[in-house]
Parts: sequence; C-alpha cells; structure tokens
Amino acid sequence: MSTKIKSNASSVTFESVTKIYGGSVTAVDNVSLHIEAGTLVTLLGPSGCGKTTTLRMIAGLEMVSEGRIIIGDEDVTKLPATDRDVSMVFQSYALFPHMTVGENVSYGLKLSGNDKETTREKMLAGLDLVGLKGYDERLPSELSGGQQQRVAVARALVLEPQVLLFDEPLSNLDAKLRRQVREEIRDIQQSLGLTVVYVTHDQEEALAVSDQIVVMRNAEIAQIGTPRELYEQPADAFVADFIGEANLIPCKISRVEDEIADVSVGQINLKLPSRGLEAGNARIAIRPGRMTLSAKKVSHSLPVSLIKATYVGNHMEYLVESDFSDIFVVSTEMNANLPVGKTVYLKFREPGPVLLPME
Amino acid sequence: MSDTTFQSPAHQRAAGSGTNRTVLLWLIIGIIGFTLLPWYVQEDGLWSFYWLQYGYPFEPDYAPAAFLLGQNSKIWLAPLAVFLVLPFTVLGKHKTDPVFAKVLLVSGIGGLGWLLFQGFAIGIQGWQLGILETLFGPLGDQQYGLGYGAMLLAACFLFMITIGAAARGAVNGDIFVVSSIGFVVAIVGIFIFYPIVGMLANALRDNEGVYSIFIFLEKFLDRKIWGLGCLTANVGCGVAWNSLLLGVLVGASTTALGLVYALVATRSGFKYGRLLRALTVLPIITPPFVIGLAIILLFGLSGSVTQFIANAFDITPTRWVYGLPGIMIAQVLAYTPIAFLVLIGVVEGVSPSMEEAAQTLRADRWTTFKTVTWPLMRPGLANAFLLGFIESMADFGNPLVLGGNYDVLSTEIFFSIVGAQNDQGRAAVLAIVLLTFTLGAFFAQRRWLGKKSYSANTGKGDGGAHPLLPRRLKWPVYTIAAIWTFMTVVIYLMIFYGSVVEVWGLKDNLTFRHYVDAFGLKWTENGLLWVGSAWNSFWTTLQIAAIAAPLTAMLGLVTAYLLVRQKFTGKGAFEFGTMLSFAIPGTVIGVSYILAFNVPPIELTGTGAILVLSFIFRNMPVGVRAGVASMAQLDKSLDEASLTLGANAWQTFRSIILPLLRPAILAAVVYSFVRAMTAISAVIFLVSAEYNMATAYIIGRVENNDYGLAIAYSTVLIFVMLAAVGILQLLILKSSKTRLSES
Repeated sequence: MSTKIKSNASSVTFESVTKIYGGSVTAVDNVSLHIEAGTLVTLLGPSGCGKTTTLRMIAGLEMVSEGRIIIGDEDVTKLPATDRDVSMVFQSYALFPHMTVGENVSYGLKLSGNDKETTREKMLAGLDLVGLKGYDERLPSELSGGQQQRVAVARALVLEPQVLLFDEPLSNLDAKLRRQVREEIRDIQQSLGLTVVYVTHDQEEALAVSDQIVVMRNAEIAQIGTPRELYEQPADAFVADFIGEANLIPCKISRVEDEIADVSVGQINLKLPSRGLEAGNARIAIRPGRMTLSAKKVSHSLPVSLIKATYVGNHMEYLVESDFSDIFVVSTEMNANLPVGKTVYLKFREPGPVLLPME
Repeated sequence: MSDTTFQSPAHQRAAGSGTNRTVLLWLIIGIIGFTLLPWYVQEDGLWSFYWLQYGYPFEPDYAPAAFLLGQNSKIWLAPLAVFLVLPFTVLGKHKTDPVFAKVLLVSGIGGLGWLLFQGFAIGIQGWQLGILETLFGPLGDQQYGLGYGAMLLAACFLFMITIGAAARGAVNGDIFVVSSIGFVVAIVGIFIFYPIVGMLANALRDNEGVYSIFIFLEKFLDRKIWGLGCLTANVGCGVAWNSLLLGVLVGASTTALGLVYALVATRSGFKYGRLLRALTVLPIITPPFVIGLAIILLFGLSGSVTQFIANAFDITPTRWVYGLPGIMIAQVLAYTPIAFLVLIGVVEGVSPSMEEAAQTLRADRWTTFKTVTWPLMRPGLANAFLLGFIESMADFGNPLVLGGNYDVLSTEIFFSIVGAQNDQGRAAVLAIVLLTFTLGAFFAQRRWLGKKSYSANTGKGDGGAHPLLPRRLKWPVYTIAAIWTFMTVVIYLMIFYGSVVEVWGLKDNLTFRHYVDAFGLKWTENGLLWVGSAWNSFWTTLQIAAIAAPLTAMLGLVTAYLLVRQKFTGKGAFEFGTMLSFAIPGTVIGVSYILAFNVPPIELTGTGAILVLSFIFRNMPVGVRAGVASMAQLDKSLDEASLTLGANAWQTFRSIILPLLRPAILAAVVYSFVRAMTAISAVIFLVSAEYNMATAYIIGRVENNDYGLAIAYSTVLIFVMLAAVGILQLLILKSSKTRLSES
C-alpha cells in the first residue's frame, strides 16, 4: 500500500500562560515553555500539579486565562479544539462505542474533508501502523485494552496533526503491557518524527519515553531537562524526590572554588559541583541505589546503625539511622547478611550525591 | 449549524466562509418571514392555509409585512427592514473581523428589540401603553398577534445575536452552542417567564385596567384564602390552609409508604422485589383523577364499601369521603409510587460497605439501621416529602372529583376563572399563593440537596450487599406494604369493573354500553363512521401528545447537553430557569397561559399549539432530567475526542451524543407522550371546542355524573399508555441487544 502516514510536526510555545478556574483556583501559573518540533516531551508531576490542564490547553479543550499559545508559527490562543490541528489520545481511549474500529479511525479523516477513498486508505494505513491490520470491522468492545489503546493512537495519528497529545495513555493497561505499548509509542514517534506531548504521573514511564521532561509542581514548572539531567542533576528537593527516590541529607559546604564545593557529610568529605551554592548549610540528594553498606569498616564511610532489612525479590531494602537523618538504601547484593540493630558502614558510589540548597 | 463544511481545520480557517453561510441562511429565512408569509396570526391556527386564496398578499389580515408597508400601512414595521438588511453588508467579512460581530449584534438586538417593543406597544385597541398615547396622540390603527412572518423574522434576529456573540468568542466561539443557549433562553423566557410575570401584573390590576397594590392586597388578604374559621367556628378554613394541610399530610404519607416499599424491595430478601418496581409505572400511566373516581366507586354515597357497611350495621350512608379524607386517600394512592421511585434510589444509594463497616464494628442490624442507614437516607426522605408536597399542591383532578366542600387552591383557581365569577385577578392572586408554596418547597429542596436536583440519585453504592432489615422493622414494614398493595390492586380492579357496570349502585348488571358509547364504530354506505362520543377528543389527544413528545424530548436533551457539557457565564441562572417549570403547578401554567396568550403580541388561545406548548414546557424538566442522567454516564472524553478530531459542537452532538443516547431519547419521548395524555391541570384551561383533550372530556362526563363512560374512557387510556410503555421497553431491549455489550 502506497498511502503512508506523514508527519506535520510543529513546535509548541507557551508564553506566560495562566489558567484560572472559576475565578479563584489557579491551575497553571505563568508558565512559559518551548517544545521543539519532532520531539517527545513529557509533562510529569503529582496529581493536581496542572499537567493535564496544560495538555488540554494545547488541545484547545481549555482556554487560557492569560498568555499566548503558539503552534508552529500560528497563534492559536483563541482557537477552540475543533479548529486546531492537534489530536489527542485519551486516558479512557474515548473510542466511540457505536462505531467500528474503522469508523472510529475514519471519523476525523471524514471531517477533514477527505474523499471516501483517501479516508479508507489512510484508515487502513493507520491501523497497519499500530499493528491492527484487519481489525477495522470490529467494535471497540470486542478488543482488549491494549488493542483499544492502539486504535485510539491510530485515530489520532491518521490526521497527521501538528502535535499529538497523550493523556496518561498507559494508566488503564496492566503493568506488563505498559512497557511494550510505551516502546511502540516511542518507536512511532521517532520513525515519523512527530511532536508529542505526553502527560504521566509515572516517573519511570517519563524517563523511558521522553526527549525532554517538564516536571510540574503546584501549577508551575519545577524543572525542564532531559531524563538524565533530571535524574542526575535535579534542581531541587522536589524534583530529586519525585524522579526516582532520593535521600536528602543535611551537609555543610566549607569552601567553593571553581564551582567545586568542599562538602562534609558527617565525617565524610566530598568534592561536588557547587551548582551555584555558596559556603554554609546545604543538603545532598543521593539515590538509594548509589550507596553501599558493609559490615566492616571501609575508608570514606559513615558508621550508621541498621534498623531494618527487607527482602523484596530482586533487591534488598535497608533503613539505616545516622546522626543526622534516616537513610534508605537499596542493594542488589542479596547475600550480605548485614546484622540488624548493629552498626554498619555506608559509602557513596559514583556518580554520587548532588548538592541542593537548604530551601 | 450546517454540517456541510467538511474541510480541514486549516482550510476552514483560511476560507472562513462557514459562518457567513449560516448568516446567509438565517437572513433568507428572515426575508421569507418579512416578505412572503402573513405577518399577523391567522385565526384558524397554524395549519390552515386558507389565506392563500383570500386576497393574499394584499388583504391586510393576510399580508406579509413588506406588502403592508408597500400599502403605507403599519408603518411602525419599517425599522425592521433596516435591521434585516444591515447584516448583508458584512456577509463577505471574516468572522474574526470585529465589525462582523458588531453589525450582527446591532442588527439582531435592534431588530428583536423593536419587534417586541412594537408588539407590546400597539395592540387591538391601538396604543397599549398610556404614556405613548399621551406622547403621540391616538394611533387610529391597530394590530393583531404576531404570525408566521413575525416568528421567522424573530428567529432570524435571534440567531443574528447568537452568531454575533459566537464571533466575539462566547463559549469558545461555537455557533451551535451559543445558538442553542440563545434559543432555549428565548423560548423559556416567552413560555415560562413571560406568562408568569404577566400573571403577576394581572393580580395588580383591577377590572378597569388600573394598577394598584391595594387591589392586590384586598384580593390577597381575602378571608376565603387565609381565614382560620375552622379552628373556632363551624365554617371552612381558607383555601391556602386547606391546600397546605393536604400537601403536608400527603407528602408525609407518601414518603412513609414509599420508604416502606423501598425497604421491602431492596432489603427484605423478598423474591418479587422486581415486581414491586413495576408499581412505579402506575402513576405514569394513570390519569391522576382516575384514582379519585375509583374511590367514589368504593366509598362514595352509593359506593360498594359504604353500602356494605350500611347494610351490615344498619347505618345511614354518609358523604364522608368527599373532602379531606377522600382527596388524601386518592393522592396518597396516586403519588406513593413516585416516592417509592425516589426512595429506592436513596435506599440503594447508601453504600453497603458503610453498613458492612458498622457491622464489623459490632453494631447489630437495628443499630446499623438506626445509626448509619437512617441518617444517610434523611436528605432523600426530605426530597421525597417535598416532591409529594408539590404533587399534592398541584393536583387538580382529585380535588375536583372528590373535593366536596373542601376547597383547595388548584380547584379554586379553576372556578374563579370558568365559573360565574370570571375574576381573572382573583385567579391570578390564588395562582400566586399556590406558586409561592410550590416554589418555597422547590427552594427548600435545592437548599437541602444542593444542586443535584436534576440528577436522580439512582446510582448503586460500591460493592458489597445490603444487610436485611432488622427484625423489629421487618414485620411492621411487611404488613403496611401488604395492606397498601391490596388497596392499590382493589382500586385498579374497581376501575376496570366500574367500566362494565350499567349504573353504579343502581343497576348492577354488566354491560359494554359505556365502551360502545365512547368508542362505537358503525359501517354505513359512506364507509366507517366514528360514532363514539370519545373519538374526537381521543384522536386530538393522541395527535397533540405525539407532536409534543418529540419536541419535549429534543428540547430537554439540548438543554441537558448545555448543562452537562458546556461551560458558560450565567449557567446557574440558566439551569434554574429551565428547572423552574417543574415547580410551577399545571393550574398556574394554565391560568398564566390564557392570561398571557389571549392578547397580542402572541395570540394562541383556542389553538392546538397552545396545548402543545403547555405540554412541552410542563414536561421539559422530565426530558432534561433524563438527558442529564444519561449524559452524565457518557464519558466526557468521547466529546473531547470528537472535538480534537476536528468536529465542531454540532457534529459532535449529532454523530456521537445522539446515537449513544438513543435509549434515553426514546424513554423521554414515550414518557412525555404519556404525561401529555394524562395531564389535566393545565389542559382544562386551554382546551377549546375544536381541540378537546381526553382528560378534559372525562372530567366533563364526571361533572355530569356520567361515571360509567368516564371510567370506561379512563380504562382505555390506561391500556393505551400501558401499550406505549411496553413498546418502549421492547425497543430499548432491542437496541441494547443490537449494540452488543458496550464496555
């Protein structure tokens, strides 16, 4: 078949966008954002942080209270969803239950003024793309959850929109299917070069699929960066704790030179990038998996007392108590047999802790 | 509003002709109204076209506005032409051009405003407003009510306003949504608010047409309304007190009985609980006064029970049932199923997991009921009480049939307008008193139950099973339910039996005479003759109900769509306005309609249209309720998916919402059909010789003591409606089967 689904990927720009509900509730507060054409950007954050509202404003399902939204080089701020060249995959898939799979996928094509033949060709190409060849005569209710999800993706894709939006697309799938479907979405996005904006509250999902992640908190952007930047260089305690888990441990910066800080955590001295901090009290964020515990004393280690050891299958989880805070440690060393209630020795691994301000 | 613009969004934006096409369409309709159709109302109703043969288009009574102006007559219509031509100047402009919106708004508001102003200012006797008379001197001309032409032009101006508002960005700039809002607001304004306000004005006016607050106070403070004579002396109390007492008694009794039934149906382990639910169909298919008739057959002077007791104990039969006891028994029988319907939702809505939680916390069944179930049901009980109160207050048929000397507001309104008094002012005052009571109950209901009045609380609780009734409740509840069920069965048997008895209490032989009298057919050389006396009103009723039903359902559905799916400023007021008619008793609607639509600018009395309209606006809340309930079940992201796929609100409404709501629409159509057939209170004011309705005809037979025919006719109506409901069930069953199992 010659018909191919193309991409009309465009960039998306938010200029100081604010959304206020009912005159008092600020859902999105003065957000500015630029999404490059052809990239997959994830909006990540806890529920109520404004990520879904942001997505719906791109779709035109919510209208901004202040600011401008630009898609490609067109100001779409005032355009309703109908008139925007954006399509969306919904959390509930929102397949029309009274239409067959083929009719669902053709729906937008027909409304866009395609003739019957083009509509059918594109519909078949779209189903082919998501691996549902030959399913066009079925009703959505006859498909599994994963298949319904793919129909929803095909229905949005065939319109060759400037921007494709995903609202928590995997939350209704079981855990094993999630990994597979998210890979497929990423593959299609990369092979067609689509601009995709993706909302999720699952940080692992966000890390796996994104070119860029926008972490949101309380209607504002907490940090924007690549998955690696966010994981390894979180801007603050919120981001550090939201993306992966992090222990926040108080520390002291004694000196900063050439953007390298001399940091002391208990008896351990570390040299860390200062990230704009100056001498004084600060905190370090350290991932539970980037520490080792040993029963014997080793150099550059902290003596801590082991409170709890939990076996969870593919790793061990430890809770230890130090002089300044409780620390959570994950270890893949299953046979260490560390003594609960006794002193053990904690050591940071590389790449290790990150400096954060005191707040 | 057209779905012809199947273009890609980008293309549509570039061309931008979609809006202008809609403008053009409405302008053409406006021009047809102004230049082709008769401007004034036609005496023989909307469907007669005799004007085509009698001097159209030059005869002034049949002439279109343009021809009137051409003959230099009715010159006050001239400004309308200006407002109609104005929008043509912006037809080529893009919808985002501010001039486009401005011109449409000016022309629409100006045109509609002037149309209404001239309609109210100039009537059959020339100037209607004294101030204009003093300003301009006598007019020396007159005009009748607005007709086809004016109707179309008004619609044209209305949609100019809505398109203009949409172009300015109201409700995301969607023409369909803005126009629907404008349309609903306009017709609710004309057919609910205008008559009610007109009635208020009537109450303030004496027979010479002078407005005075004293006239109102004099009529309002009448001893016949508020007198308390029954407490001290042996005279009747005022009608307001009578109504209030009746309403409270009926509200409390129906709530108690409804709760008993609901408990039996859901918590007794009673196998035939589903059968009990069939009871809820009864009030829907029974004309309200039929229960009253059956009560007379049982307890009236020559009623079976009365005669039996009189013979057995040698007592003189009395007319005790006429008055408060009779009305109350009839209303409680009639409205208990409504309370049952409400309370079954309430009882099921109490989350079983809470009751299970209480039981695991060592509460026994009685304690669980007392401390958890009962408090959670209380708001629902209040709701059922207020519903029963409103229904009782608004009931007209039973007090008319059974009232005796016990006067209530609804019948008193009727008698002050049709009786020898013909005192419209008094009718208006009484209607205001009645309206105050029902609105009071309505506000109380909203206050207690928040804003959920539209959505029937029928949702099942979360998982788990309801516990059975505690033993000390079980037997009383069973006994009461059994007694009342027996009563209901007897009543319905009486209705059927009464229809085949020659003359009740006098000649007890069985006969089909009444059916033959009402629905007789005869074969003659000229073919089939419908000789039965009921045929005329029967066909009229079917016809009017059949016209009103789909319109009611459609209006209800569109309103529900706006309420559930759209956000717009003033939505609270919009919701309130559309719900208001629920609290307006039929008698009040009836009185206010004949007062408002008997004179220009809108003359409708004596037509079939006024019946259709009264049904639409009486039953609209039912349609809205059905629409809201089923639309709330539809995932909102279905609409949103459609919108993001490039459909506008109209296309979404048509291709997603309508097909998915088919069962709800069907139900709303049948329900409003059936309600239109059983209605009496508003109808009795609005029927005419030409358009007589079944219920009004039956009441007429009852007043002539022709019970046999009245009951026979009622029986036929009940079976017709039973059939309608049955067909509905089949259709819904079928459509749910063909759609397979939707997740």
